[in-house]
Amino acid sequence: MTITITDLYYLMGAILAITAMMTLMDRQHSKRYSSAFFWGLYSLVFLFGDMLPPVWVGVGVVVMALIAATGGVGIGHHMPRTAAQYADSARRLGNKLFVPALTIPLVTMIGTLTAGYLVFGGTPLIDPKNATLVSLGIGCLVALALACKLTRETPVQGIRESRRLTDALGWALVLPQMLGMLGLVFSDAGVGKAVAHVTTTYINMDVRFFAVVVYVVGMALFTVIMGNGFAAFPVMTGGVGIPILMGVYHANPAVMASIGMLSGYCGTLLTPMAANFNIVPAALLELPDKNAVIRVQIPTALTLLTCNVFLLYFLMGH
Amino acid sequence: MPTAVNLWPLIGVAVIIVGFILRFNPMLVVVVTAIVTAFAAHFPVDKILAAIGSGFIKTRNLPLIILLPLTVIGLLERHGLRQHAQNWISTIKSATVGRLLIVYLAARQLTASIGLTSLGGHPQMVRPLLAPMTEGAAEARYGKLTDKVRFKLRAFAAATDNVGLFFGEDIFVAFGAIVLMTTFLREAGVEVEPIHVALWGIPTAICAFVIHAWRLRRLDKTLDRELRGAEAPADAVAAPKGA
Repeated sequence: MTITITDLYYLMGAILAITAMMTLMDRQHSKRYSSAFFWGLYSLVFLFGDMLPPVWVGVGVVVMALIAATGGVGIGHHMPRTAAQYADSARRLGNKLFVPALTIPLVTMIGTLTAGYLVFGGTPLIDPKNATLVSLGIGCLVALALACKLTRETPVQGIRESRRLTDALGWALVLPQMLGMLGLVFSDAGVGKAVAHVTTTYINMDVRFFAVVVYVVGMALFTVIMGNGFAAFPVMTGGVGIPILMGVYHANPAVMASIGMLSGYCGTLLTPMAANFNIVPAALLELPDKNAVIRVQIPTALTLLTCNVFLLYFLMGH
Repeated sequence: MPTAVNLWPLIGVAVIIVGFILRFNPMLVVVVTAIVTAFAAHFPVDKILAAIGSGFIKTRNLPLIILLPLTVIGLLERHGLRQHAQNWISTIKSATVGRLLIVYLAARQLTASIGLTSLGGHPQMVRPLLAPMTEGAAEARYGKLTDKVRFKLRAFAAATDNVGLFFGEDIFVAFGAIVLMTTFLREAGVEVEPIHVALWGIPTAICAFVIHAWRLRRLDKTLDRELRGAEAPADAVAAPKGA
């Protein structure tokens, strides 16, 4: 039997469905019905996503956005422990607490590296196309077993805790997927082509240094808009990199591509569109300002972008 | 319009920028942008909904990495993981916020550059371990922290994980971005060796480390000035043991 990413979707769907049910049964929850509906809809995407017609899923996504926009996703009733209880169990369990936490990355790493060798009777244990994510899923299950053993709790308590953290994240948990969807809609609708057309038609690139600036800054700006350097790369490299930097100024393609992509990453540090890296951590770390992580990253990103202009300018002749 | 390229979908870019600036709910901004963009590309209504739906199904892999670790992290937090991470770091006398984060930055960049990108991450590393350690290192030096300082330290912890990951992973030859770049260039008729693309990422990676590490050292100095300076009179009497 091969463990595939679809199994992880079922696992995620099951966790979300239980979260929705716990929310529905939470009498002290001020928005219990709308929140339960939101998480319930989301669980359906994972449990039945492949079977549902895309139009229905589209309707569900719009409904979820409306629930989120009208403040319908609320925080449930959770019973935190006292400071003394935390301190006491921290002292009692000590460094053992690190073990399950570090098991997740460790198993993910081992699984990713050994996926190619774990073949039994011709069937791979881990789906090689998604080795990292599948290994992460296995790592989480192993770590959950260790954590339950260590703390003498049940997996149900684990899902209760998961719901506490899911509530703290709220709709921010769904945002990365929404933005991924938007990227695909953008490319279906030809936004990339339109941007490339505008850049190459209206910007004069007769000066070598200026052409480098357009490519580097363009990669960053386009990444800021799309939230992802991967989306910006074909547009800027097809529009400016290959015809101008290589065609006119004979740039080394390896230097150009590498520094270009890393300029896109500077853009990733600057944009709320890269929700997984910027908005989700702000929610996870319970920061009141959702843009706090971006604010801290701005000086690093802009300084590095300037460095990239000069690096590309001086290295592209190699 | 004189050109064959339809420029109307660019209106979607405007919608998303305005939506974020005016601080509408991001979920709503994204859905409205998707509808407006698809409409500008002359999609009929059912095709717009289908594009949104199938896009949402195709990107289901994105939230896995956030949600799946939460049961474990939540259970451990219930049993004092964050408190222990804070206590543990305060036993290391030479640990400062800046030094701790610089070490983490270097480790994150180096491990990502050999393909071990899953060794860090916000749900499984920053929230349960790195952020509490950062706060613990500061508390060991400066005593109780205000919320403002606490939030700033957490943001720096998250930012350091991002910088380390982004400017490390691109040096790894088998990384998706490198595959994407060489595939795109090949289709455009340009042959490049993946290893060359990976190696030319090193100068930027070094710059990223130097710039961010320098900022983390400055963070230490700022904390020293603001927290030692302001609380010195009270601290000097109340907590001589901290020295």
